Amino acid sequence: MSSSRPALLTVEGLTMRFGGIVANNDVNFTVDQGSITALIGPNGAGKTTVFNCVTGFYKATEGRIRLQTEAGEVEVGELLTRPVLGGSYLVARAGIARTFQNIRLFKEMTAVENLLVAQHQRLNRNLLAGTFDSAGFRAAEDEGIERAFHWLRVMNLLDDANKLAGSLPYGRQRRLEIARAMCTGPRLVCLDEPAAGLNPSETEELSELIRRLRGEHGVTVLLIEHDMGLVMGISEHIVVLDHGEVIADGGPAHIRSSPAVIAAYLGTETTEVTP
Amino acid sequence: MRAKVHEPIDFGHALRDALVTGVLTLLVLGPVTNLVLDGYAITAELLRGPLIVNGIGLALVVALGRFVVAVGVQTPAGRDLLTRFGQKGAHGVTVETAADNDWHRVLRPLVIGGALSLLLLVLSRFGLMDVQRAAALVLIVLFVVLGQGLGSLRRRGQSSPWRILVPLLFVAGLVLPLLFNAWGLFPKTWIGNLILALIYVLLGLGLNIVVGLAGLLDLGFVAFYAVGAYFLALGAQYFGIGFWTALLCAPILAACCGAVLGFPVLRMHGDYLAIVTLGFGEIIRLILNNWLEVTGGPNGAPAPGPSLFGLEFGRVARGEGNTPFHEFFGLEYSADYKFLFIYLVLFVVVAAMIRFITRLRAMPMGRAWEALREDEIACRSLGINHVVVKLTAFMMGAMTGGIAGVFFATYQGFVNPTSFNFFESVLILAIVVLGGMGSTLGVIIAALVLTLLPEVLRDFADYRVLLFGALMVLMMIWRPRGLIRPKRPAFAPKGA
Repeated sequence: MSSSRPALLTVEGLTMRFGGIVANNDVNFTVDQGSITALIGPNGAGKTTVFNCVTGFYKATEGRIRLQTEAGEVEVGELLTRPVLGGSYLVARAGIARTFQNIRLFKEMTAVENLLVAQHQRLNRNLLAGTFDSAGFRAAEDEGIERAFHWLRVMNLLDDANKLAGSLPYGRQRRLEIARAMCTGPRLVCLDEPAAGLNPSETEELSELIRRLRGEHGVTVLLIEHDMGLVMGISEHIVVLDHGEVIADGGPAHIRSSPAVIAAYLGTETTEVTP
Repeated sequence: MRAKVHEPIDFGHALRDALVTGVLTLLVLGPVTNLVLDGYAITAELLRGPLIVNGIGLALVVALGRFVVAVGVQTPAGRDLLTRFGQKGAHGVTVETAADNDWHRVLRPLVIGGALSLLLLVLSRFGLMDVQRAAALVLIVLFVVLGQGLGSLRRRGQSSPWRILVPLLFVAGLVLPLLFNAWGLFPKTWIGNLILALIYVLLGLGLNIVVGLAGLLDLGFVAFYAVGAYFLALGAQYFGIGFWTALLCAPILAACCGAVLGFPVLRMHGDYLAIVTLGFGEIIRLILNNWLEVTGGPNGAPAPGPSLFGLEFGRVARGEGNTPFHEFFGLEYSADYKFLFIYLVLFVVVAAMIRFITRLRAMPMGRAWEALREDEIACRSLGINHVVVKLTAFMMGAMTGGIAGVFFATYQGFVNPTSFNFFESVLILAIVVLGGMGSTLGVIIAALVLTLLPEVLRDFADYRVLLFGALMVLMMIWRPRGLIRPKRPAFAPKGA
């Protein structure tokens, strides 16, 4: 909002229609470089749809989603519609990583393998080098393993390194999914309800982790969350959606006192409050 | 459960079970078998023989069997067996541990293999078993142990005994067939059987990439096999290419066919993909069958045999100025030489492929295949181009199938479309499923068993498909994840 930091992600006039249903209507917001931004709203407000548009899983019907990268500005819609090779994987390569509401780990692979898959782009993919286990291949592989263990350490998952991802407890699976997203080396990491299904102490640990991701590892965070304690505690910028439209946008204090937000969550007798 | 091991055996319950099954069997089979139509009257023959056509006898046998089983599962041993099988179904995949590469772990298959070979040789020595069959089985055991060695990856910074054993086994695998043949223990029929078995190992490995690793159900894999085989046959006919050229070029052509098939089906999953690949397999077969002018149609086409540095294996040289192999070395002509040579080349190629596929699983490409099988959406969210990854899986699988096709053609000396029907595809898929999806060793064993068992059990040839079906049903009950479950590699950070 009124911060001096440059915007990393700019969403302009995002509209998403599924047939006759308008999931998002003219959504505008920005995510500042190095910020923790939360996207909140009642069930069915269209939060996940915005998320899917930003991470390239949906092609927005209208509007532009621009990401600042080292190589300049990238438009998400353009990556998706690129001829032949276009696709959501390009969005991930441009620097937007994500997690999923219902965890999508590679369940029958170990935690380390999950993280190695995420580093696909950085490893040595030369077929010959790999077949003959060349020095270059080994070096790249070692580096990848090192990076995987680094993120396991950050996420406090070292003990689970060689366990199958599917066999881990729920809270650890969530953390592993974040570690996996971080292994792609993103500029923006999008967390879809990271605290869903976690108990209070795990949620506390998670909010500490997210703060550290931003503080120590210099990544910008965009998250959807229903746990208001978590949202108000860690995010400096909150975007509230209701019925597919942005009804409030600002810092936690502003959101807490916004009549439109209160109306959307709690309902009011005077229904004209919506902006 | 464990605490109540000494629970008394409930004989009454077992008896009731046995009675119910017995009566049911009697009701089903009795009227069919024991009432005999004699002229216009029906007579009841209660003591009809043999047993197989006597429903009363069968009912007794079934009841007795049910009673034994019912009592058996109540004993501690039976209960243990049940829980063991139950557990195996429950969790499939395990992670390898440091102990997996220990000497004694590695030596176990070696010792078992050696003991088995010795047993076979002793049996044949005392005339209890056909000597030739025993010799062939020794070679098979050797190959399986070698397959395990080639299929295991050394953990970084750890010495593995396989490093010494694999070259030894490899050399033994090359020398023993020659010695056996020289001693008259390894005749042409058995060389042929082993060649076919190894061809199926190759096919199984290829399909394992597509189905087992990448999780794309392909019911038309035999098409690539056909492409390889016909490439040699038609290439020789029209362009005069030989075995070695085909061996190098057929994989490339088959891989291209894999890409051609891959492109349209990339958007499909599961059942739809299976149907399209099934169609592709049939299309290739129908083209081969109906394009008479080029492929020779149902009459097939001849395929050339292999050559060794220009030396042919025929009785007389075909090419001008060529010398046959046996003349060059001053040997007596024998048709065995050609097959022995094919066997040895195939042995080397299969060993190399096993190694290659094992390495692939440790490479980013192989990991991406497995990740794609687990969750395609997650793969896309990690910047992996799922289209390219699927395409590479199709191409690698097709390439392996193509190589197998070349060997098949040169071994048969003739190809025609009936060799590439849908049943072949099913057989290859069965090899992969029975062996354990994604497990290299499992696929090797399943391929050998499924191709050699019919040869060993020639007497039961009529019941082959029946046995095959029964085997499938039993496997699906006890080992739904296949014979051998793949193990995930373990990793350690550099410091540790």
